[in-house]
Amino acid sequence: MSVQSPAHVAFSPRRVGAMVLRHWYLLSSSWPRVLDLIYWPAVQMLMWGFLQQYVSQHSGFFAQAAGTFIGAVMLWDILFRGQLGFSISFLEEMYARNLGNLMMSPLRPAEFVVALMIQSVIRLAIGMVPVSLLAIAFFGFNLWGMGLALAVFFMNLLLTSWAIGILVAGILLRHGLGAENMAWSFMFLLLPVTCGYYPVEVLPAWLQIFAWMLPPTYVFEGMRALLIQQVFRADLMLQAFALNALLFAGGVAGFLLFLKSARREGTLLQGGD
Amino acid sequence: MLAPAATDSPIAVDRLVKLYKTVTAVDGISFSLEAGSCVALLGGNGAGKTTTISTIMGLVEPTSGTVTVLGAAMPRQRHRVLHRMNFESPYVNMPMRLTVRQNMNVFGMLYGCEDVAHRIRVLADELDLHDFLDRQTGKLSSGQKTRVALAKSLINEPEILLLDEPTASLDPDTADWVRGRLERYRRERGATVLLASHNMGEVERLCDRVIMLKTGRIEDDDTPARLIARYGRSNLEEVFLDIARGTGEAREPAR
Repeated sequence: MSVQSPAHVAFSPRRVGAMVLRHWYLLSSSWPRVLDLIYWPAVQMLMWGFLQQYVSQHSGFFAQAAGTFIGAVMLWDILFRGQLGFSISFLEEMYARNLGNLMMSPLRPAEFVVALMIQSVIRLAIGMVPVSLLAIAFFGFNLWGMGLALAVFFMNLLLTSWAIGILVAGILLRHGLGAENMAWSFMFLLLPVTCGYYPVEVLPAWLQIFAWMLPPTYVFEGMRALLIQQVFRADLMLQAFALNALLFAGGVAGFLLFLKSARREGTLLQGGD
Repeated sequence: MLAPAATDSPIAVDRLVKLYKTVTAVDGISFSLEAGSCVALLGGNGAGKTTTISTIMGLVEPTSGTVTVLGAAMPRQRHRVLHRMNFESPYVNMPMRLTVRQNMNVFGMLYGCEDVAHRIRVLADELDLHDFLDRQTGKLSSGQKTRVALAKSLINEPEILLLDEPTASLDPDTADWVRGRLERYRRERGATVLLASHNMGEVERLCDRVIMLKTGRIEDDDTPARLIARYGRSNLEEVFLDIARGTGEAREPAR
């Protein structure tokens, strides 16, 4: 038989490649899906960019802190779209009723998760690269000008988005499409607390404790330090990485628990609500 | 009456129980399959067929008892054997926007086929897929989709094939064609086939053994011909109705 041996290897890059290819086929055959990746980040960026422009004309502080709104909205979109890219790719399998095929195939959970991570980066790139160019064209804000800091911000935000994406995938496995809204709304729980658009000290003292438990808070503080004081806060980024490691481990543990529960409850073939 | 579970069988089910909260889906069944056999799992809706097959596939965890497939305990050791088995079920579809060739390519890679393009050509020849290989799967007719699902289930030349209603919603001509292909594959490959179906004619044609389930238990287990003879009926459908409705009894116990 023409099956490669050993086909049951613990981690197969080829199986990961198969899943990435599957989603590439999907995206490349569906322009509405591609358009959807770009248009909302573009609308957001333009709205906040014009608001920033207006406010900076009437406030010395904002004139000095040029780009913090646009920077925040773009970093927030990396966080949100990263998770959404992960979760939507997972949901596509449920919409297509393909999850049973995958669960019955030699594809391992870790390979599936890695494929979804790669897919989230591809979807993010399709959405964010054009929007970052629009930000230069409209507002002279060059996200890429952040250089190495952007790479560190990006990695931290992506890790958070994957951790939450993995957890949401577990919830969807266990509870089916009835939990679909979690994929769209889970990240918004973090929006007010991670302080994308304002400093952490604005929050009440008790809420600041929660804010500092979340890695994106460190990234947004780091971004403001970079844009306003021109200082790269490596200490904040290291703390964010440490928290992300915990969050990611928690996401994976949650996913595995939900997967086990789905096997126990027999929901892997159903996928409905 | 019941065949004891044997660990050297391709599939061995031993005292399998599956409870969903307070509902007993499978209630202590045991059976084993001979290599190269085709066995039907029959029963009315809610008899426990899909739960049993899902447990064999490793998608459902038993409440108690064991399921062994090609020597691997399911679901714990499923990754040792999943590349040697495959399935077709009405509960799943293949991605509709992908072309047939793209879907086959993805599943060929997932199942570890060495030369996927060659395997697709062979299956396209065998299952007559050439005319729609590059059409989106969602735009095919029911019969064409069934052929594609069958091609997917054969992509890795499985030693074990699990089929849940493989010809449901097909016209008689296409259904007959699918049965012919399944018979040929089993004969040429020596594959073990476990089939759940409500089509008794299909079962009589394809299967050399029938396991009758009712409310999660095995009610009878024999060859189609012996079941028909023992219940004094003229076909398997009448035997099925006797067992499902509790209106008939075997004149003699199974050998």
